[in-house]
Amino acid sequence: MTDRNGATPLLEMRGINTHYGAVHILKDVELAIYPGELVCLLGGNASGKSTTLKTLLGMVTPTTGDVVLDGEVVNGKPTSYLVERGVTMVPENRRLFKRLSVKENLELGAYLRTDRDGIQRDLERVYSMFPRVYERLSQKSGTLSGGEQQMVAMGRALMSNPRVLLMDEPSMGLAPALVQTNFELIEQIHQEGVAIFMVEQNANMALSIADRGWVLQTGRVVLDDTADALMANPELRASYLGEA
Amino acid sequence: MSATMEPTSDLLGARGPLDQDWRKVINYGLLTALVLMFISLANMPVGLDSRKIIEPLLSMGYISLLWVPAALGYAVTSEKVLEGMVAHKKGARELVAGLIVGLIGGGGLGLLIVLIDNFDLRDPLVNWSPQLLALLTFDEGIGYGVGFWLMAGAALGLFGGAAHVVSATVRKVVAAAILWILAFSVFETVISDISEGIQLEWLADELYYVRGGLSQQGAVGVAVVGILFALFGREHVREAKQSFQSLEGEKRTRANAIMLGSCVVATIVLPMVLGRITNELLANVGLFVLLALGLNIVVGLAGILDLGYVAFFAVGGYTTAILTSSNRGESWPDWMPHTHWFVALIVVVVFAALSGLFIGAPVIRMRGDYLAIVTLGFGEIIRLLFLSDWLGGFTGGAQGVTNIPGVDLGFVEVKGTDPRAIFYLVAVFCAFAIYVSWRLEKSRIGRAWMAIREDESVAEAMGINTVNAKLLAFVVGAVLAAFSGAIFAAKVGSVFPTSFIILVSIVILVVVIVGGMGNIYGVIAGAAVLIGVLGGPKQPGLLAEFSEFKLLIYGALLIWMMLKRPEGLVPNVRRSRELHQEEFLQDAWLKGHVDTDDQDELGDEGGVAPA
Repeated sequence: MTDRNGATPLLEMRGINTHYGAVHILKDVELAIYPGELVCLLGGNASGKSTTLKTLLGMVTPTTGDVVLDGEVVNGKPTSYLVERGVTMVPENRRLFKRLSVKENLELGAYLRTDRDGIQRDLERVYSMFPRVYERLSQKSGTLSGGEQQMVAMGRALMSNPRVLLMDEPSMGLAPALVQTNFELIEQIHQEGVAIFMVEQNANMALSIADRGWVLQTGRVVLDDTADALMANPELRASYLGEA
Repeated sequence: MSATMEPTSDLLGARGPLDQDWRKVINYGLLTALVLMFISLANMPVGLDSRKIIEPLLSMGYISLLWVPAALGYAVTSEKVLEGMVAHKKGARELVAGLIVGLIGGGGLGLLIVLIDNFDLRDPLVNWSPQLLALLTFDEGIGYGVGFWLMAGAALGLFGGAAHVVSATVRKVVAAAILWILAFSVFETVISDISEGIQLEWLADELYYVRGGLSQQGAVGVAVVGILFALFGREHVREAKQSFQSLEGEKRTRANAIMLGSCVVATIVLPMVLGRITNELLANVGLFVLLALGLNIVVGLAGILDLGYVAFFAVGGYTTAILTSSNRGESWPDWMPHTHWFVALIVVVVFAALSGLFIGAPVIRMRGDYLAIVTLGFGEIIRLLFLSDWLGGFTGGAQGVTNIPGVDLGFVEVKGTDPRAIFYLVAVFCAFAIYVSWRLEKSRIGRAWMAIREDESVAEAMGINTVNAKLLAFVVGAVLAAFSGAIFAAKVGSVFPTSFIILVSIVILVVVIVGGMGNIYGVIAGAAVLIGVLGGPKQPGLLAEFSEFKLLIYGALLIWMMLKRPEGLVPNVRRSRELHQEEFLQDAWLKGHVDTDDQDELGDEGGVAPA
């Protein structure tokens, strides 16, 4: 595992095995996310990407192995425990609460927080990052355009004041122009100092902004390298970038 | 797309009387005939004949037939005017279409008359009866009957079609006259009750015939007042409403307080001038408001479709009954005290919460259809437990628990023989339930419920403990239902397993859906309309004659609501927007307000660039 000059990882998976019923989904997965970095997990359909996310967030309990947050073993803890400590997920396809207003969506992102001043500060941070969101505060989120919904989804995640954002397929189901905007948003958030763990099928796009990456194949990590090295890896190019 | 946007000239003018969409006209005609035959064979004309609208001219039985050709004769030519287009000029075409629809419909009834006269199908169709024949032919022979319905159908269809043609004022006047007469007839009990309460019996005597129904001069009077109101009064009401809605800030708060105050005063004063029957009715409505408010939290806010809600009503009823009755099951030990109703109420809260947890815990992990079916099962299980031999010694089995005393308040005993007192008791609990619902909706847990309703997995990812939140919704709903059960027990004086059949669950759900899910006012309006006017599962409403057809009307109403007004009678703004979202988006798109990255939301239409 890459050691970052002796820094402790923010969130780690140590020898994780996960089963759904009898089926073995994740096999000895090891990964570590360090504060403030942007990393990605690549993999095709049914390679275990979403299960990795759910395991990290405590929505799935691993059979063996540990999920470690700040050096503390957190497997078996409820999702709220992780959210409170700065781990937040942006679900795939935005998944806003469509019948609730934009403001309500944002406030739900801060559901577990009680520091009113901090919440207000973060609301203003979201407004300044996404002025369009501010214009639509009282509008029902389901009526927004695709791009605006994406901003609300990101804003909602930011409202929990995360240290690490887990992003499930940010390019999924979006028009090409929107994918571009979306990745720009991700970089913008990253520049604010939030670590980002991105799960993607779109390897090209993800590697173009990530520092490091892993490649997951049928539940096993088969590659673990810097983004540049992965881009250059002929094996990866063959299987994910569509080059023979 | 852009071609249709230009209003083309041939769409604008009046079309010739025979320039019809014949297929549609024939279909509507056949539909009219079918509906008329169905209503006749469902026995509505005979069953409702005793309810007079205008004595002796018109009864509810005939109304149940007459509205059909008029409504469908109107509907056949009504069209949606698309934005950017001009409506067709109305004229002879609409009249002809209505006439034909009515004629075919009347022909259907005529056919039915001939068939009843010649064949005997009473075996499968119990209402295939001489009474129906007599009613349809006015005892004047087959030829007269057939002729009458052909003419009446045609005339009513023409009347329906004419609604398109005449000026708005005429339409308003006619509609006002009809609506006022119907309303005064439906609310006859209430109106004569109130007028008696405020010493105006002479007015009621003028208005109504001795044995029910408006007198002829009464009908004329009511129609005139209705028309005058429609012409001169309604504008003022609308203006007042608008100026109320445009109030802001402190003024709005004050106006709201005044509204609330007048509601409270009306709730206190109105029952004093009302008689027994009307108060009884109000008390029933109140019991269902309480139930519906509870279910509204479970279904409307948290999105848990609970079809076994009656279980908690039963728990409240039986707990109260067993604790207060002198005639409970013989297996109870002697030391078990007969408590006061309020002491029982505390136990009721505990038991309701516990049963909410017990039923909730296993079902809460399921979603959607599975949850609905399992709750349906639990609702039945609770009833069967109370009925069973196993618990018979405690619950009285099919004999139930009787001799339940009323609520002794020291100065007065609130019990079923005094419906006014019962209503006040219910009203207090309803006020409590309204306050709780209102506060919860605005609270953190209310937010969490709505998030769960919208998207459970994402709610969980936000850190909401979905299991606890859903259980809490179940428990709050259970307690409100149990309150209703406790009052029900004291009101009726006895509880039986048959008081808690599955139909009760369904009626409560229909109240919530028809009123407007997730909306407190809606729920109250729904209960008032369904329980007050049509009647509850066992309680008669204002239209007592309708009890036989209650379920038929519930069903028809539910279907109609789902098609035409899915947001309920009093829509929740949020929900209404959701349900009509497509139209909103299309409107916005037509106006060019939606930008191009909406493509994925708009689907196919979005593929075309806005003009």
